[in-house]
Amino acid sequence: MSEGFSRPVAGHVPVLRLGDVLLVTLQGDLYDSMAHQLQQDLSETISRSRVTGVVIDISGVEMVDSFLGRVLAEIAAQTELLAARTVVAGMRPAVAITLVELGLTLPGLRTALTTEAAMELLAQPIVPSRAGGVREESP
Amino acid sequence: MPEHDTGGTLGTPAQEVGGFLRRRSEQVAQRWADEPLFRTVFTVSRDEAVEAGKAIVDALAHVADTQRVEDPDAAGFTGVREQLARMGAARSRAGLSATQVSAELAALLPPVENLLVADLDGQEPERVRECTTALSVLMGTLRLVAMQTALSEVQALTDRQRLQLLEVATPVIKLWDGIVAVPLIGTLDSARSQVVMETLLEAVVDQHARFAILDITGVPTVDSLVAQHLMKTVAAARLMGAECVVSGIRPAIAQTMVHLGLDLGTVKTRASLADALGYCLHELGANIVNAAPDGAGRR
Repeated sequence: MSEGFSRPVAGHVPVLRLGDVLLVTLQGDLYDSMAHQLQQDLSETISRSRVTGVVIDISGVEMVDSFLGRVLAEIAAQTELLAARTVVAGMRPAVAITLVELGLTLPGLRTALTTEAAMELLAQPIVPSRAGGVREESP
Repeated sequence: MPEHDTGGTLGTPAQEVGGFLRRRSEQVAQRWADEPLFRTVFTVSRDEAVEAGKAIVDALAHVADTQRVEDPDAAGFTGVREQLARMGAARSRAGLSATQVSAELAALLPPVENLLVADLDGQEPERVRECTTALSVLMGTLRLVAMQTALSEVQALTDRQRLQLLEVATPVIKLWDGIVAVPLIGTLDSARSQVVMETLLEAVVDQHARFAILDITGVPTVDSLVAQHLMKTVAAARLMGAECVVSGIRPAIAQTMVHLGLDLGTVKTRASLADALGYCLHELGANIVNAAPDGAGRR
């Protein structure tokens, strides 16, 4: 583990810090090792730097499988434990349809149309009522 | 092909029929022009009907020459297929069933048969019988070709309309900045639901829509399958960061859904499209107020 939040090493997913938010951009295929590394990097970075939000931009992801769906859900759950909120931004229609067909509706996950909308969402107070497509289902 | 094997000195019966048709094509066409099939299709002039009849007689003669009287794929028929289809279509438009059209085609046989018998006058009865049999088979094949052509026309039409229905039936309407709506009309099957889902999600991306309204006022019935499709669309839109509102559930449908035990608990629903739009605008932070609460609607 080197210092700093940007790690452009091959096989790593770069994690950028923008103020209180960590920005992760996924592109192309996400392999098992990369995904595990990302989960580890994120949790360590959050605990060290006390950021309040994580934005995962997956607009560059064209193919999806149940693995990626599970990784997203796991990242969301673990950042929640570290008192940060995760927003998944920019999911493509085809990817959304595939996830739903796979039965992965990811009910606890926050979503936003674009990275910008995700940042707006995270800028809001902890109990969000609208904006950016927050869907914390309430009975 | 027994009638071919017993060919006499003048060639096979089929060839004999071919020769007869060639010689008498004018007369045959003239008689056909008086038959209901030709009379009703070619209403403008009798000459046109005779011309059309001649074309068919020539095709039949060609087929008879090649001795393939019972083969609907015979090369001779290709030229008249279009014409037969046109005639069949005209009769169908006039409200005739396929059986009736077929009967009208069958009515073309007796005039030709009479001519043939007259033409073969003086020959052995056996020979005459063989030739008329060959002619009947040939006319039967013509009927088959006509019906085949009509059927394939109908099939092509159905295929085209199915495609058109898929394209036409799912417009995505932009109601406001960030709000899109799909008014669903007609029965939803899996193929249509798939198209609806895809077009809606594409529109969400294109128009940066934070809200998508699915209006099902025009959907006559909702069963568990349709409900499942709705839920899938809602879930997919949520994954992309948009909120989906289902509106226009009719009272009867609401009752049915409750009786079926369908749980739309995770889906936001509103009674009408107007309510759904109002909800979305409110969530976007835009408030609608009546400028003149007392006077509005009076004038």
